[in-house]
Amino acid sequence: MNASSDPGSALLEVRGLSKSFGTLRALQEVDFTLRAGEIHALLGENGAGKSTLIKTVTGVFPRDTGIVRLGGAEVAPRSAKAAVDAGIATVYQEVNLLLNLSVAQNLYLGRQPTRFGLVREAEMRRRAAELLAEFDLHIDVAEPLGNYSVAVQHITAIARAVDQSARVLILDEPTASLDRHEVEILFAVMRKLALRGIGVIFVTHFLDQVYEICDRITVLRNGRLIGERETAELPRIELIRMMLGRELAGTTSERAAAKVRQAGEVCARFEGYGKVGCVAPFNLALRRGEVIGLAGLLGSGRTETARLVFGAERADSGSATVEGKPVRLQSPRDAVAHGFGYCPEERKTEGIIADLTVRENIVLALQAKRGLTKPLSRAEQEGIAIRFIRLLDIRPPEPERPIGLLSGGNQQKVLLARWLATAPRLLVLDEPTRGIDVGAHAEIIRLIRELCDDGLALLVISSELDEIVTYSDRVIVLRDRAHIDELEGEAIDVSNVLAAIAATGTAGAEAGQA
Amino acid sequence: MRGLPPVAITAMVFVAGFALCTAQFPNFASTRVAANLLTDNAFLGIVATGMTFVIISGGIDLSVGSVIGFTTVFVALAIERLGVPPLVAFAAILLLCAAFGAAMGAIIHVFDMPPFIVTLAGMFLARGASFLMSTESTPITAPLYSTVSDFALRLPGGGRLTAIALIMLAVVAAGAALLHFTRFGANVYALGGSRATTALMGIPVGSMTVRIYMLSSVLAGLAGIVFSFYTAAGYSLSAVGVELDSIAAVVIGGTLLTGGQGSVAGTLLGVLIQGLIQTYINFDGTLSSWWTKIVTGILLFAFIALQQAMLGIASRAGPRKAGVLKS
Repeated sequence: MNASSDPGSALLEVRGLSKSFGTLRALQEVDFTLRAGEIHALLGENGAGKSTLIKTVTGVFPRDTGIVRLGGAEVAPRSAKAAVDAGIATVYQEVNLLLNLSVAQNLYLGRQPTRFGLVREAEMRRRAAELLAEFDLHIDVAEPLGNYSVAVQHITAIARAVDQSARVLILDEPTASLDRHEVEILFAVMRKLALRGIGVIFVTHFLDQVYEICDRITVLRNGRLIGERETAELPRIELIRMMLGRELAGTTSERAAAKVRQAGEVCARFEGYGKVGCVAPFNLALRRGEVIGLAGLLGSGRTETARLVFGAERADSGSATVEGKPVRLQSPRDAVAHGFGYCPEERKTEGIIADLTVRENIVLALQAKRGLTKPLSRAEQEGIAIRFIRLLDIRPPEPERPIGLLSGGNQQKVLLARWLATAPRLLVLDEPTRGIDVGAHAEIIRLIRELCDDGLALLVISSELDEIVTYSDRVIVLRDRAHIDELEGEAIDVSNVLAAIAATGTAGAEAGQA
Repeated sequence: MRGLPPVAITAMVFVAGFALCTAQFPNFASTRVAANLLTDNAFLGIVATGMTFVIISGGIDLSVGSVIGFTTVFVALAIERLGVPPLVAFAAILLLCAAFGAAMGAIIHVFDMPPFIVTLAGMFLARGASFLMSTESTPITAPLYSTVSDFALRLPGGGRLTAIALIMLAVVAAGAALLHFTRFGANVYALGGSRATTALMGIPVGSMTVRIYMLSSVLAGLAGIVFSFYTAAGYSLSAVGVELDSIAAVVIGGTLLTGGQGSVAGTLLGVLIQGLIQTYINFDGTLSSWWTKIVTGILLFAFIALQQAMLGIASRAGPRKAGVLKS
């Protein structure tokens, strides 16, 4: 490493950075300092300006005012490529690599070793294997990248960035789709890079991870810098206060309120329901006004259960009854006809239609349920949209705004509105709070509670045990694609859920603890 | 290896078809039939090689058939009416095709237009322009043409590997090398994987797009020259629908119509399968030659269904490889 990247010295300095989109002031006079060899958390609610800061620094957006210095020299990249050339690389949550190419091609695309114009495939693979070995990754680099897990894809993206002489590595929500074991592997890589004098900027919503790995924390709120602190000197409650700008009642204490709720009669029942290779047969009764939480590690069969219930996967065993009558759920269409709704985990690809407006997204499921021969008039659509925008506090409250321009939390609310508009009896929520900031988190949880007070049955999947424990009346624990335990009432707390997951100490549980 | 399983299936279809023909017509399995197969489909092989690049990159080029027609008329008129030496005419038309393809690629990139629309416009433009030049078939009598059509490598068994067949094999070999062993080729696959990601990885997407369509049009021009050797004439109605034949050959050859996967070798097999059906019909003597289209259609459908099925199986295969990690 050269002199400018001595551990502790300022590597990347951002001073007085501002950026507006039309009238929206996304960043106002933001300062940010990254030292060489540190892991620095960049935190804030959705809309705080984290993404804008990253994209402005890396030249994806032009900046209005302010300067960026890298190792003392001013840099002003005009594109992501220029930023990479300058030494600032970004790895986004959605891995920006090509799944159809081999791992080696992904690492060296555009800079493959060549001889007489021909790519030296063997040489490239040898180098790729060596490069990945530095990250303790020993895989067949000739295989298409798409054959490997998201964690491997992330590490490949990081390896590519670092190999292109990155001095600053920005990781934007890299852990959102990783399970615990994969997160550990990623953290090991991050620590190794920090030791090499690379400055790592870590954007995440997982505060546990911040305290686990980050040296310092910078908090943004509403496009302004709120503070820059040493992690060790910043208590968690103080951090949350910085992020939210208000006192947040402890979520766990609300558990008591949930317990007094009376469960209604069974509205949907599944007996011996299952599919080979998807999830083992299970029994599940959903009652009105009850929240059932599905807990388990990634890949334990939570999403698969939800998809079976919603007919997105066809069961090959068991039976389903709705309001006591046997039904066949062959497709989501059948499920919708029986009053089911489903907010999928992949909000961006399976949920919202980004180019359509908030109004159009909200009426989508209702229109589909009514059929094309009974179109909703424009006035009815607007009425529905405005009602739910008000009810769920969707911001900005503009029904004609394309949903793609909303923050993640508000997109999630629009999806909830879409199903609520159909007046469902059962709503399945897959990771409703994923990728959503702390404030919107609490709001979504409050909404979940209110929905069930209105007599709706809810089936909620979440990786956040704290959260599941807070709102669930019953928690079903899954492991290795089977329902293994069910907790009720007093028994619901994080340690019991963990104990259930780890109960017989199988491979799945070990992966989670590793 | 990428694209191998579909290619293997294409190869098996070809071998099975050849065996079937041989079983029915004992003198089918001869170097004569094989050489004629290459000669008769030389122009299709050349243009399909270019189409392979376009489709793997996630695009489509509907203009190639018209470009072939235009080329035959241009070459015939230049040689016969204007007395231009054939080689000069060839150079001129290839340059013209390069400019045409580059323009289409540039429009696709700069205005972010669907390749389907842009090359459809190119198809009408080239076909219209060839009618403008001449509506009649113009025979070419230049000495070079008889020299080329007389040239052939004698194969044991009486087959004649003609000049145009050799040109086609050379183009296929060069195309395969370009696609599989160069940075350009890797970028073509990358574009087919995701344009946005490829751009983020620092690949000049614009110039790649221009060059890919340029390659396709130049190869279409070369196919037009070969077609003029084959028919010794230039006619504005020649090669109507060849763009669809070549797309069919590419897809039957195992290239994914959505881009990102495929091979030139597969495309050659796709071309030969279409030729094989035609040859079978010629041998039979009683069947309508339009059966070629029907069988091609059935095969095309079967291959697309197969691709979808394989994609479906791949996505349902469950746990992906975690990789061996030491930590």
